[in-house]
Amino acid sequence: MSIQREDIAMIQNVERYLEGKMLPNEIAYFEQLRKNIPEIDEMVVEHNMLMHQLNNYSNRIDFKNSLNDIHEKLASHGDISEGEDVTTKGRIIQLYNKYKRVTAIAASVGGFIALVISALVSSIAPSNNNDKLEQLGREVAQIQQKQQNQGNTINEVTRHFTENDIIVTSGGTGFLIDADGYLATNAHVLHGSSNAYVMSSTHHNYDASIVYRDEVRDIAILKIDDSDFAPAKKLPYSIKKSEVELGEELFTLGYPRNDITYNKGDLSALTGFNGDTLSCQIQMSANPGNSGGPVFNKNGDVIGILSTREKQSQGVSFAIKSKNIFRLVDELKKKDNTIEISLPTSTSSLKNKDRVNQIKQIENCVYLVKAFNKKLN
Amino acid sequence: MKLEYTEQLLLKGLANNDSKAIETIYKDNFKMIQNFIINNNGDYDDARDVFQEAMIALYEKVQSESFVLTCKINTYVYSVCRRLWLKRLQSQGKFSNQMDYVEETVPIEDDLEIHEKRNAEFAIMERALSSLGEPCKSLIEGYYFKKMDMQAIAKEFGYTNADNAKNQKYKCFMRLKKLFFSQYNIGE
Repeated sequence: MSIQREDIAMIQNVERYLEGKMLPNEIAYFEQLRKNIPEIDEMVVEHNMLMHQLNNYSNRIDFKNSLNDIHEKLASHGDISEGEDVTTKGRIIQLYNKYKRVTAIAASVGGFIALVISALVSSIAPSNNNDKLEQLGREVAQIQQKQQNQGNTINEVTRHFTENDIIVTSGGTGFLIDADGYLATNAHVLHGSSNAYVMSSTHHNYDASIVYRDEVRDIAILKIDDSDFAPAKKLPYSIKKSEVELGEELFTLGYPRNDITYNKGDLSALTGFNGDTLSCQIQMSANPGNSGGPVFNKNGDVIGILSTREKQSQGVSFAIKSKNIFRLVDELKKKDNTIEISLPTSTSSLKNKDRVNQIKQIENCVYLVKAFNKKLN
Repeated sequence: MKLEYTEQLLLKGLANNDSKAIETIYKDNFKMIQNFIINNNGDYDDARDVFQEAMIALYEKVQSESFVLTCKINTYVYSVCRRLWLKRLQSQGKFSNQMDYVEETVPIEDDLEIHEKRNAEFAIMERALSSLGEPCKSLIEGYYFKKMDMQAIAKEFGYTNADNAKNQKYKCFMRLKKLFFSQYNIGE
């Protein structure tokens, strides 16, 4: 489509006229033009309408955002409740208790070590055996140096890993839950590794850090920490808080191989394996590597995280319901208030689009997750 | 019926995007709607969705010049939510006859018709903008939504001067016009 210079000049005049930026004599001349040339008159009317529509559109978006902000604010102040208070409070207490124990153990271990060292020093010091004392010191220095070296290399790895230095322990799929680079996946995908990197559907690798893992819910949160990563403005999909419906048509994207792969199925039971209410059952043939992948309904809303399959029967898979992501993120935020994750809850922009177009928009939000350990030399 | 002074102030605040006023209306009405939705086959998300849609309908109503509200805010919000929820239940085939009237209602059919039309327009604009592609989408958003001046836009997008950015913006506007009206006419 080629646009003429004159067209641009005209549209510029129309806009100046509508925005009231014309001088009085210009206005008079322009209004005469409108009267005489119907095409110009039409242009003004259309331009005005479109500006009006753009205005309505932007007002509504701003208003929706402020409604959501107010909702979150009122909910956090307890002015409105969504019936989840009891469970989250319980969890926090559980976490606190858990940590209290860990801290107590750490403290007692620390105390024990201090005792052993002081015993050692006091047993060595009076014996005037300076050689031994020196040796011990050197060893400690050596160990310290070694540790520092290790520290350096680990830093290097997280900054720029090279494939040769690492042992990939496991892999799976992850998807963005915040356009800033936060991903959700299964905790079991990480397999106890302390490092991870992710690959996009266009085969770009990015460094990632593990923000949080909840082995009970089997959900982990990663964050892409890579200067090459350009955050998207907004995720195309939303994450559903509400329950799923039996028989709903579902699909998933994942990495059972190195290329992104599409798969579809139906929701076959509202609970998971052995009646587990955290998850639901899907009639879909998932493969290893699909773990951690997003499960979408036909509107493109995330309803779950694909996690396991049944060994005995073909094509039965289980997904963790998406409302668990909300709970986990809430907990995470309460534990660490520097973390800013805002889960996409507004209506998905994928509604009423065909599957091919939905996937086109979704696929760059779904990543291959690889967990690795550093190779020991 | 004459509205109470405070209600009039709240509506004025709502029309002017005053966040304190919006928050007050939200706080005063949300619980009632939540109870209503949950007692009628809905969940917390449904309550939030329906209530916020009613808030949008009210917001867009108070902004029109011909605005008159002849009942209290909570009656209006309840009436809109009740109608919206009934419709949603029907579309899901879950309609129950025993939906209880806990509050009085006012007829809102005409308002909802306008609201539906605005929903359709919003969806068309959303589609048109998303098929516009970049940098057009961001240019249009920068100028018409964020009200940035061309100098700032040129700087942010890396155009050498404001005139070039302006030229590009006009081209984008023309494309958007084409995309929008091709849908809009079908929608009529």
